[in-house]
Amino acid sequence: MTDQVLTPVQTEEHQKHTLVALVENKPGVLNRIASLFRRRNFNIDSLTVGRTHRPHVSRMTIVVDSTQANPNLIAANLLKLVNVIEVRVISTQPHVSRDLALIKVRTDSPESRNHVTELCDRYPARIVDIGPEVAIVEIASQEDIVENLIEELRPIGIVEMVRTGVVAMGRGIRIQDSEYEPPTKAKPTTNGYQRFSV
Amino acid sequence: MELTGAEIIMECLLREGVEVMFGYPGGAILPTYDAMTRYPQIHHVLVRHEQGASHMADGYARATGRVGVAIATSGPGATNLVTGLATAMMDSSPIVAITGQVARGAIGSDAFQETDVTGVTLPVTKHNYLVSDVEELAYVIQEAFYIARTGRPGPVLVDVPKDVQNEKIEFVYPENGIRLPGYRPAEQAAEDQVAAAIEMIKHAQRPIILAGHGIMMGRATNELRELSEKAGIPVALTLLGKGAMPENHPMVLGMMGMHGAAACNYAIQESDLLIALGMRFDDRVTGNLKTYAPGAHKIHIDIDPSEINKNVKVDLGISGDVRTVLAQLLPRVEVQQHPDWIARIRDWQEDADERDILHHNTGEHLLGAQVINDLWRFTNGEAITVTDVGQHQMLEAQYYPHQRPATMITSGGLGTMGFGLPAAIGAKFGRPNEEVWAIVGDGGFQMTMAEMATAAQENVDVNIAILNNGFLGMVRQWQEFFYEERYHATPMFNPDFCKLSEAFGIPAMRVTHRNQIEESVAFARSVKGPALVEYAIEKEDIVYPMVPAGADLHNMIRRPKPGEVIQK
Repeated sequence: MTDQVLTPVQTEEHQKHTLVALVENKPGVLNRIASLFRRRNFNIDSLTVGRTHRPHVSRMTIVVDSTQANPNLIAANLLKLVNVIEVRVISTQPHVSRDLALIKVRTDSPESRNHVTELCDRYPARIVDIGPEVAIVEIASQEDIVENLIEELRPIGIVEMVRTGVVAMGRGIRIQDSEYEPPTKAKPTTNGYQRFSV
Repeated sequence: MELTGAEIIMECLLREGVEVMFGYPGGAILPTYDAMTRYPQIHHVLVRHEQGASHMADGYARATGRVGVAIATSGPGATNLVTGLATAMMDSSPIVAITGQVARGAIGSDAFQETDVTGVTLPVTKHNYLVSDVEELAYVIQEAFYIARTGRPGPVLVDVPKDVQNEKIEFVYPENGIRLPGYRPAEQAAEDQVAAAIEMIKHAQRPIILAGHGIMMGRATNELRELSEKAGIPVALTLLGKGAMPENHPMVLGMMGMHGAAACNYAIQESDLLIALGMRFDDRVTGNLKTYAPGAHKIHIDIDPSEINKNVKVDLGISGDVRTVLAQLLPRVEVQQHPDWIARIRDWQEDADERDILHHNTGEHLLGAQVINDLWRFTNGEAITVTDVGQHQMLEAQYYPHQRPATMITSGGLGTMGFGLPAAIGAKFGRPNEEVWAIVGDGGFQMTMAEMATAAQENVDVNIAILNNGFLGMVRQWQEFFYEERYHATPMFNPDFCKLSEAFGIPAMRVTHRNQIEESVAFARSVKGPALVEYAIEKEDIVYPMVPAGADLHNMIRRPKPGEVIQK
């Protein structure tokens, strides 16, 4: 890997912002968030949802283009949703972000096989499946590095691709976590409903 | 105590202090309607259309500050609530709607009267629930009321499948059943924000306060008045802010915006400091955003952080409860007066007085402005007025000054025609000892006039004033100004409103001359129960001033002074 590849290129006009939201792990929450973006006309680059180490808390990473939407306004609107526990704009602070892509490329000639192998050496990527016709390249890195690799693979012949969208985490001791747990379900034989205070 | 889900709903409503609910029965909500028979403490008002139920709950909520309750069945019952929910959402009115849903096993099967109600109402509610477990029910209803009335209030819908209503469980009311980890109703101002606001107020030469609905919802009327009097700052009101400060107070300039007082709009445009309190810079208030108050620093205090910098970029945004924030500011605000600024505003007001239609000779014509102003006079300015949407609504805002909070109820944000009559019925249930007038146009009235039957069945003492000009007046006004007088789809064939009213058993009177208005008010007051007065007003009247949509706020179309030629 060369330094040149790893230096993110961001121009002022295309400043990306990353928001991380902790949400209740309940049915319909993703729908509420998607509906919010739609009706407020917020254009987003990517949205990912996944579980956390807390069974009742999910985590979303949202990437927006600041020319399309104001990240602070998006954060304020997300916070209005009752099921959203916490939101931070983390791109203003040091953070780690990763986008994972699986890229299926044509490797039906020695040149293309060599080219793909060489690219996997230069990028934080590896070949996870290879046959006489095609290979699957896996990369998990910053979004722009993933995009650079895709551009370099394109002339070789991309036949299929999937990306997860960006996940991100603030560096250091800026911990974003919620200890939320819903109250245990009532036991009718004991005292009915259990008390719970937030 | 073993209770069914339906009985749990009623138990919870009782504990929330609900005394009246507005609704319409149907298959999927029948278990709850049956349970009502065991809870006679809660009065159920049978509406004629579910839209009426949501507007009544809304009117009740706005008149009392408490949560209004609407109830309907699945499918069409629930979808008919939607307009009322959207109305309440736009105007931050706390209502809880309970809807029946098909049984859990049938959800998703396109069962009879099945609709994805939580899906349909998602964008028009503050929050909604589909209750899939009867054990959840008491928590959900408690949360629904809490969410509806706290923070920036709004409508909450609870969808309850029929089999959940029927299921029996051992029930103990959860005394603290709120489980909302991500819900922060309100914050207060940080010290540096308070200090910055004080500095800005201190240095302002031409300040103006913009007071909105939030002043009343946040019960900050006293704090508003104190700020205005102490710092010598005039107050402009939004449509929903009417009543935030007594309108006979010398510092109150009246309503701002598209049909606001001209002095108000000029003052906003020339101010050097806007202090926006509990309002959200609606486009009907700002006109063209690019030229809005160009020389003013702007302070925006609102309970909803997402309103700050949404439409108008501000210099200082404070998200917090307006009463709390004002209480933080007040002790540090310096006593000030701005005599030059006030004098300038008085000049604009005098000019507006000359143009006022009430000071013109209008001959035999009966004008909407005269009707509203006389209603104000003969009700001593003390009635609760509930309007519909259109010219009569703007005339009410201009010619019926209100002295007390929550005495003017109107659909502002959504502009829902048909709101007036049902909301007035709801308001009367909330404040039975007050005189309530529904002031409606002939167009909007016909959208929900079926609720006349509700008023008659419940013998609700609302007075209905129909300003009948035989046109969709406001649309006609736009056609006159902007569509070269092509009056398409605005002239209306109307029923004989008095005969119609009498068919419902509601006494009615028709007024064609100004000298009958006093008598009509006396007539309506003398009727115990609903009464209707039809005012046959000038057909092609115009509400002045008017800021055309998207125009600069100071570029109003003004009513000409006597002798001046009309310029369109």
